[in-house]
Amino acid sequence: MDVDKKDSIASDSSEQVVNPWEVAAKDGGKIDYDKLIDQFGCQRLDDSLIDRVQRLTSRQPHVFLRRGVFFAHRDFNDVLDAYERGDKFYLYTGRGPSSEALHLGHLIPFMFTKYLQEAFKVPLVIQLTDDEKCMWKNLSVEESQRLARENAKDIIACGFDVTKTFIFSDFDYVGGAFYKNMVKVAKCVTLNKAMGIFGFSGEDHIGKLSFPPVQAFPSFPSSFPHLFPGKDKLRCLIPCAIDQDPYFRMTRDVAPRLGYSKPALIESSFFPALQAKNGKMSASDPNSAIYVTDTAKEIKNKINRYAFSGGQDSIEKHREIGANLEVDIPVKYLSFFLDDDTELEHIKKEYGEGRMLTGEVKKRLTEVLTEMVERHRMARAAVTDEMVDAFMAVRPLPSMFE
Amino acid sequence: MGFSKDHLLARLQELQIDYSKYEHPPVLTVEEQAKYVSSSEGALSKNLFLKDKKNRYYIVSAMTDTKVDMKVLSQRLGLGKGGIRMAPEEALSELLQVSLGCVTPFAVVNESARDVSLLLDQKFKNQTRCIFHPLSNDVSISLNTLGLDKFLQSIGRDSVYIDLEANPVVGKDQPPDLAVYVPSNSVVVPELPTKTASIQTASKNVSAEKTKPVASAKPSKLAGNVKSAVEDSALLVFKNPEKFVEEILDKTTALLLSEGKGENVEALAETFRKRLTSEFTHLAVMYKNTAYSQGFYAGTQSQPKRP
Repeated sequence: MDVDKKDSIASDSSEQVVNPWEVAAKDGGKIDYDKLIDQFGCQRLDDSLIDRVQRLTSRQPHVFLRRGVFFAHRDFNDVLDAYERGDKFYLYTGRGPSSEALHLGHLIPFMFTKYLQEAFKVPLVIQLTDDEKCMWKNLSVEESQRLARENAKDIIACGFDVTKTFIFSDFDYVGGAFYKNMVKVAKCVTLNKAMGIFGFSGEDHIGKLSFPPVQAFPSFPSSFPHLFPGKDKLRCLIPCAIDQDPYFRMTRDVAPRLGYSKPALIESSFFPALQAKNGKMSASDPNSAIYVTDTAKEIKNKINRYAFSGGQDSIEKHREIGANLEVDIPVKYLSFFLDDDTELEHIKKEYGEGRMLTGEVKKRLTEVLTEMVERHRMARAAVTDEMVDAFMAVRPLPSMFE
Repeated sequence: MGFSKDHLLARLQELQIDYSKYEHPPVLTVEEQAKYVSSSEGALSKNLFLKDKKNRYYIVSAMTDTKVDMKVLSQRLGLGKGGIRMAPEEALSELLQVSLGCVTPFAVVNESARDVSLLLDQKFKNQTRCIFHPLSNDVSISLNTLGLDKFLQSIGRDSVYIDLEANPVVGKDQPPDLAVYVPSNSVVVPELPTKTASIQTASKNVSAEKTKPVASAKPSKLAGNVKSAVEDSALLVFKNPEKFVEEILDKTTALLLSEGKGENVEALAETFRKRLTSEFTHLAVMYKNTAYSQGFYAGTQSQPKRP
């Protein structure tokens, strides 16, 4: 199948590498998203789709849609068609709990998923792949379970509705109906295929090989009999970062053979690191990222000292030429998080033509991020262990489509 | 309301901080104070209550002969040349809860002053004793800076001593050296009724009520040191209907006060919708989640009905 050719990982360092475990641009430059879309075979999310979302949900599309942060999709149109006809769908997203320190890049898919939940009024399942991190990052089972619960708190703080959201950790939930589906999926994927898609080799332990089906089948409603009994044809929409595409290509491949609908995807680009090097923010370099635990002072400091500026070296030169908006990180961050389109346009214009200085842009960014982080912290402080238990309880959600 | 002087003095005694007390008629200026408290008892201090353009407040406490250049101070704080000025009288009573002529480092003991930055003259450290008002201008106390430090520590503050007469260059490669002492949070102090728009037709009592929620809502804004207090009050907002409503009204009135000048009512209503919808929805969802979780927990603990 075509899938095989496109899926082979480019091990050549002169090509960009994007897979669930590694993201690196070509020759240390920028990620070429157009090429990625071509290579993966997904589609661009264009303006007509965004307008359609606006009409269907009767509210302004989320800032991430307007600014092209979520820029690619598979079958999103079909999901919208079905929605218009009255056929609902459910959302599925997840997190690999590898560290306690969550940064803004981690929050992006959750912020977007929360918007989707509110706008379309649909339920959501969130998978915490503690087993994956236990295997790939060599954490102990206890540690990965603990991190899963800690991360769950930050996820809940993003504002998900407990009457419409089910959070589960693989170590807790895998078994039963889930396991039956896992086996069904696993039967459809040959070893060679898995190695081709995920780059496994003879050196990798067999735990890794058996993981992809675990991430695959939350896409199938029959994996959640307490939530979707009898609704085997319910469609699934998966908001995720584009590096997760390989898992779901495999899933989409397998779905028709099992008699399930193919899950639809809506994919985001990567949130750049503060210093703008390479592909994405990394939890291992504290200065590359703004964490949800950073204080206002730390945020101000990090932005002032580490955010890569596209401004010119001297004020005179800057006023003459203007800033290089292509590489400027503060403007990029503002395009992610500053909701007001008019203000962003104004900043881009003034800064790009040299009338606004880097300091001002950084100051505005510090304000926006500080407000966000503080709001998150306040919400996080209110998440109790009972709340986590409630979100993670295997229970029906009677008002999930309201 | 705020700490009283007796309360403060009792606290100093509890902490075993050594001080000497001098009572005198109320004094409004350092010159007057000098008449009653001689310099042999200790070094007199002058205390300035300052505010910057972003509604952040500072107490600068200095030796009387230390020259405090406001322009230089403003630059060193990273506020530009004219960024700082004397705070208005209402801020004195709202935030420091002391009267005119009574600004003192001890004022930071009040909750309402939690976001006020306290800057102390490093020359105090060379003195055996320094003299401050203990929240009332009819008493002065003298104590050693170590005593002051101990007190500040007891309320979770670090003592910040700076060379107030220094005039370092501040420029592109020399960041303002005092910028780190700028408070993370600004404070909204509503103006007195006599001054502004129609919303302030209320009497002073009502505006005092309005400001109380501002003061008590501040715990829910995050300040560096007192994390557990923050978490407790964050929890309360989502559990307690009154606190929830208070939080919503605080945010709404704050927005009204900052945006409601001269705009027509329709435009204002639009601004409100735009700015507050997502924030309030977020609050409401957390409220709902809290209620559900409590119910869920109760469900796990409840006994089955007797047949």
